[in-house]
Amino acid sequence: MSSANTAHSVVEPSARSKRIAATLVILYAVITMIPLVWIFLTSIKSPPDSISYPPKILFTPSLEGYCNLFTTRTRQTPEYIASLPPPEGMCDAVTRERNMVIAGPSNFLPRFTNSLIIAFGSTFLAVGLGTLAAYGFSRFKVPLADDLLFFILSTRMMPPIAVAIPIYLMYRQLGLSDTALGMMLLYTAVNVSLAVWLLKGFIDEIPREYEEAAMIDGYSRLQAFRKVVLPQATTGIAATAIFCLIFAWNEYAFASLLTSGSAQTAPPFIPTIIGEGGQDWPAVAAGTTIFLVPILVFTILLRKQLLRGITFGAVRK
Amino acid sequence: MADVTLKGITKSFGKGGAKRAVDGIDLTIADGEFVVLLGPTGAGKTTTLRLIAGIETPDSGTVSIGGRPMAGLAPASRDVAFVFQQYSLYPHLTVYENLAFPLRSPARRMDPATVDARVREVAKMVRIDHKLENRSTRLSGGEMQRVAIGRALVRRPSIYLMDEPLSSLDAKLRGELRLELKRIQRDLGATLLYVTHDQIEAMTMADRIGILAEGRLVQIGTPREIYADPANLHVAARLGQPHINLLPVDLLSDVPVPPGTKTIGARTEHIAIAREEGGNARVDWIEHLGDQNHLHIKLGEQKLVTLADPDIAVSPGDRIRLSLRNPLYFGQDGQRLV
Repeated sequence: MSSANTAHSVVEPSARSKRIAATLVILYAVITMIPLVWIFLTSIKSPPDSISYPPKILFTPSLEGYCNLFTTRTRQTPEYIASLPPPEGMCDAVTRERNMVIAGPSNFLPRFTNSLIIAFGSTFLAVGLGTLAAYGFSRFKVPLADDLLFFILSTRMMPPIAVAIPIYLMYRQLGLSDTALGMMLLYTAVNVSLAVWLLKGFIDEIPREYEEAAMIDGYSRLQAFRKVVLPQATTGIAATAIFCLIFAWNEYAFASLLTSGSAQTAPPFIPTIIGEGGQDWPAVAAGTTIFLVPILVFTILLRKQLLRGITFGAVRK
Repeated sequence: MADVTLKGITKSFGKGGAKRAVDGIDLTIADGEFVVLLGPTGAGKTTTLRLIAGIETPDSGTVSIGGRPMAGLAPASRDVAFVFQQYSLYPHLTVYENLAFPLRSPARRMDPATVDARVREVAKMVRIDHKLENRSTRLSGGEMQRVAIGRALVRRPSIYLMDEPLSSLDAKLRGELRLELKRIQRDLGATLLYVTHDQIEAMTMADRIGILAEGRLVQIGTPREIYADPANLHVAARLGQPHINLLPVDLLSDVPVPPGTKTIGARTEHIAIAREEGGNARVDWIEHLGDQNHLHIKLGEQKLVTLADPDIAVSPGDRIRLSLRNPLYFGQDGQRLV
């Protein structure tokens, strides 16, 4: 193909505009990645290195932050520590160098588990309910459908903090304060509106002839939904699930207001790590790093669907 | 197989039933009969099929299949098979799974060996047995439509309902599948209601053709009857290639017509032409189609089109004598006068 031909091509961007686009994308990626890299590097620094000024670019990596994250420690005299049997494992040794001994596991693991249960549970509920509602809105004549859909969306228009106090009082009355169930219900309620709207778009795109064909072929509506609609909506369901999960996983305001003990999630817990014997930035950074992992894994697993979710509607079949 | 009877079926859509899609249709399809409903877009063809299948509920009237009234029965329990115009295959399934889908339904629950045997038999019948493991989205248009027809054929329903199954295909394929479908229907002795706006499909396949217009069944009869003996202007205009010529009655004053005639309908077989200096008409244009010609004629200000032999010795501008032989006469209201 001649160069004149490519230069005048309408659909193919020129090499120069491609280079500019790539540069911008890389620049954006670097800017957004810097805090994450910083957090990860802090998590593998020793506490003195983490607060040194100017910041150390080269340092000896240490897992002390991770040890501190998962344990609680008590200060002891050097004589007492010297009298102990040899340390078991790396964390034991690192802790003793700071004149401390490990007293037991910290609350990080149970808080992290709470986060997993609440976020995945509420995502499952929101996407499940959202799929059914979206299907109903898409396929049936629902009275006042437009008003109902607007009402569902309108729940997301106000700042969540506006309803914080009513919800706090309500949850106390109902005994839902500081329970995993309460948090799951709350996040489900918030996410269901997003799920209904996103999924309605996806289900609208599936021609209803498929279900009609299945129903004539001997399936009930519900069976047709399961056999024909769900398999074709997987992309939309996956994309919706990621959006719901990210919200529920990252939510901080309600979590810090409504949970304090057994149902506390990781976001309000991580900042509390600061404060036990000075500011333990490596432990905070370690907590944050681990906190990022599930979302990272989930997103990578579903990245194809997520991409379609973002560009959805842009391409007609 | 069974006979199907529609009695006074009516269905409206829109706010307050503003649009009458189907308006009091009475129709009986005999066991083993191939009936084609012919009509333009919006005539109510597809709605009629959907009412029989139970995807739509009639506002009034009854559908019965094999003598059994269908009111209130879900599509799954009506024992009909449907071939859609579009979106005919489940895109997430293979050809095999598509063909097996109706047989594996909870309504039937066939054992796997029977399903397999049926699927392979039908795949051979519609000549798709070499692509059974392909994803249904990886097929050409013709193959897709063959699978769609196959998916209806794996069952032995009371009636096959087909909604323009060939309309999205190219002309050559359409011709082939037309023949094949007719052959299969005859071999199976299947009752089939077929909807189309293509007069050639209707003429070639149907035992009887029903002409639909604005939700009403205007006329029903054998292809021969519908063509030669149309009940009104609308039916006459549906059939015939080139289109029937409609002439105001006063154009040819020397022809005796029945009293009350408003319009004369003249197809090729009703028109005789001969070269003649000072004739009553003039050749305007000739379209060469190869095996025959379309002759465009001007009779006064009226344009006519007729078929002519390719070797006819006229050229544009020639005067000709045009006369009519037993044309069709229509009255003021468009009804045929005999």
